[in-house]
Amino acid sequence: MQSVARIIAQRLGLGLVTLFFVSVIIFAAVNMLPGDFAQAILGQGATPEAVEAIRRDLGLDKPPITRYFDWLGGVLQGDFGTSFAAANFRSFTGAETGSGLGSVAAQVAPRFENTLFLAGVTAAIAVPFSLILGVLAALFRNSIFDRAANIGTLTSISSPEFFLAYILILFLAVLNPMLPSLSNIYADMSFGERLERTLLPALTLTLVVTAHMMRMTRAAIINLLASPYIEMARLKGISPLRVIVKHALPNALAPIINVIALNLAYLITGVVVVEVVFVYPGIGQLFVDSVKIRDIPVVQACCLIFAAAYILLNLLADILSILSNPRLRHPK
Amino acid sequence: MSTRDLLVQIRDLHIEGRSDETWTPIIKGVDLDLRKGEVLGLIGESGAGKSTLGLAAMGFTRDGVRISGGSVAFDGIELLQASASAKRHLLGKRIAYVAQSAAASFNPAHRLIDQHTEAPVQHGVMSKAESEKDAVRLYEQLRLPNPEEIGFRYPHQVSGGQLQRAMTAMAMSCRPDLIIFDEPTTALDVTTQIEVLAAIRDIVDQYDTAAIYITHDLAVVAQMADRIKVLLRGDEVEEAETRRMLSHPSEDYTKSLWAVRSFKRPEKPAPETDAVPVVSVRGVSAAYGTQPVLHDVSFDIHRGRTVAVVGESGSGKSTMARCITGLLPPFEGVIEFDGEALPLDYRKRSKMQLRQAQMIYQMADTALNPRKTIAEIIGRPVEFYMGLRGRDKRRRVDDLLEQIELDPAEFRDRLPSELSGGQKQRVGIARALAAEPSFIICDEVTSALDQLVAEGILKLLARLQDELGLSYMFITHDLATVRAIADEVVVMKNGEVVEQGVKRDMFKPPHHPYTDLLLSSVPEMDPDWLTNLLRERGVENIGDAASEKI
Repeated sequence: MQSVARIIAQRLGLGLVTLFFVSVIIFAAVNMLPGDFAQAILGQGATPEAVEAIRRDLGLDKPPITRYFDWLGGVLQGDFGTSFAAANFRSFTGAETGSGLGSVAAQVAPRFENTLFLAGVTAAIAVPFSLILGVLAALFRNSIFDRAANIGTLTSISSPEFFLAYILILFLAVLNPMLPSLSNIYADMSFGERLERTLLPALTLTLVVTAHMMRMTRAAIINLLASPYIEMARLKGISPLRVIVKHALPNALAPIINVIALNLAYLITGVVVVEVVFVYPGIGQLFVDSVKIRDIPVVQACCLIFAAAYILLNLLADILSILSNPRLRHPK
Repeated sequence: MSTRDLLVQIRDLHIEGRSDETWTPIIKGVDLDLRKGEVLGLIGESGAGKSTLGLAAMGFTRDGVRISGGSVAFDGIELLQASASAKRHLLGKRIAYVAQSAAASFNPAHRLIDQHTEAPVQHGVMSKAESEKDAVRLYEQLRLPNPEEIGFRYPHQVSGGQLQRAMTAMAMSCRPDLIIFDEPTTALDVTTQIEVLAAIRDIVDQYDTAAIYITHDLAVVAQMADRIKVLLRGDEVEEAETRRMLSHPSEDYTKSLWAVRSFKRPEKPAPETDAVPVVSVRGVSAAYGTQPVLHDVSFDIHRGRTVAVVGESGSGKSTMARCITGLLPPFEGVIEFDGEALPLDYRKRSKMQLRQAQMIYQMADTALNPRKTIAEIIGRPVEFYMGLRGRDKRRRVDDLLEQIELDPAEFRDRLPSELSGGQKQRVGIARALAAEPSFIICDEVTSALDQLVAEGILKLLARLQDELGLSYMFITHDLATVRAIADEVVVMKNGEVVEQGVKRDMFKPPHHPYTDLLLSSVPEMDPDWLTNLLRERGVENIGDAASEKI
């Protein structure tokens, strides 16, 4: 176990270094966006003096390197800065700027929570579903079932997400009104209510992510079926299902875990279209809105969260793959 | 024989394998009878269809193989007509299988004991607890160390010889009527092989289990089988009771198999005492990372002579080759070539120095680029070392092909995949010769080949040595090969040289105890060899105990 602990520590350290480089790239990229918040908010009335004043207020006149380290320093202390839009809105209404409500954290946190909820519900449906489908496809490989599963999942991954969403709305909300077609959830809703409203977007996303996971499960298992230990299991008179679940699957876990991690990361970072269709208040929508009005602190915070999600999930996948190898779990 | 005690009856069995959309015959109408409690040895070269026939006796075929005719009856049940679930009911319970490589055939994800108890529990023969208790008893009978505890290890935590015995125990878990042993000791060292052979023979005897024992090693089958059946390219050559088969083989093919071990080249005079050796290894120690593998190894190789380096796997033989070629620079010691010290790292050696020492590999399959023609493979060193191009290069490649007894017109433009194993190894030899070296390292060059083919390669190497005055370092674990071609022998164990000298002295007592163990462990054609050896060593301390004492 000593070596496993060391590998995990190493990967964690590497993850942090990666996150640092990503933060530089994010900052540079966001600052290269044409136009800035002052111009975007003032629109037609952007006199040079007004633009200058807002810039000074927000600190946009400082050199980029200073701003980067100000931002990084804040992030390291858990302060993601103040949302330009919220701050500006507040100054118009006479409230104090920089209060807790205008902070990026206060804006992003509830949205991120919603996104995690949607991702969680989707994962809870999609991961077991694809694993079972993959195992069955491997068990009945080259049968009608296998082909149907492959064609079905490939069709769903090849169709645009919004199209899938509308199809599901048509069948599950309009023709058979079982689920609400709008998923606007609020903080004070009960868990059951939230779950019900989240189900349609979750099902849509399930259709999107199943193909990868199912096909990887199938391929990873079939890859092993020619191994001598699988032949041995069959020659012991073990039933085909048990051969696959008990003998092939435990040795096929590493690639499957990695594909699951990639898809979970996608669920956290890439679901804007589905959020828009179902009016789901997730982080994706906030991100797109913030880019539109050049609300740089929010954009940066979202990017950083996305990067961290990717790094953490891949890290987790790495660690689980390592742990799935008995040679590492039980050294000589 | 009466049909009442007949366990397996195979009649006119035809099996086909698919290659590129067409079905080619693998087994061409073989009959096989096996009585209860009897051991039948199946021998033949690779490709003879031994394993296919063995698996067919279980009613099983691998992917891409089909049974196209005939019948297989097990205890009166026709397996080819039986349903999949009916067959499953027999497999593991009444018919068991022991595979060639236990390391590959145990599932790496589960403990040995869980794999052991799986068949009895699934077939409803025993409860898990009963089966675990029984496993310990079987481990004890198979003389595994720590029988109480060894089952709770994962396969990678157990050595090869022990795994092979654990697999035999697993096959015994339901006390089957028939076990198919598919080359169970081929992947093991000679010293480990004995323990496994003895264990298998005892347990099969004790429970009166019938067995089909598949191997390409005649001496091994002579110890194990009551009857021997010889196969050649899917056909039966002959079948007879073991002692009669050994003393009076009736077919020419069988006689040629028997004769292979008789090849022996004449002894060469000893080199002059003041001759400068071609290669001189002095006090070499090397390590992989922090793991030391070689300790203070020294030996000389003289012009025109063959030095065999022998030892079990893990003794450092191949590492020694890596040190000489400069692939693994030793941390201590000197490697001299013609009396001149070589840079230890191959990157610091001149082209001339690199040219002098060439290598031939064990697996010709993986050592030849599958996408290059034979002419390109041999032409590469011709161009790189000798600077020949165009017509000169072509002529040189043709010369080399003739030297290795392959017709240039026929083989020049073929790909490695279109060659047999022996032909590939010949191409490997030609590639080494292309650099016109004075010294060649042969790393287990015959161990992947059948005996007849291997003999051809050894004869070719001997001829080339006489014609070109080459020196060989011949790495092998097969003492029969050593006997055939070596002038001098270096015995290695755990990275150290335990004994070295000219061959005649090495095969004559007194030996270093380890050399003695190695020599006495080589199976002989005498069917009583194993019994006598075990009696000599004392049954209690075979194998493990014997090697620990040294």
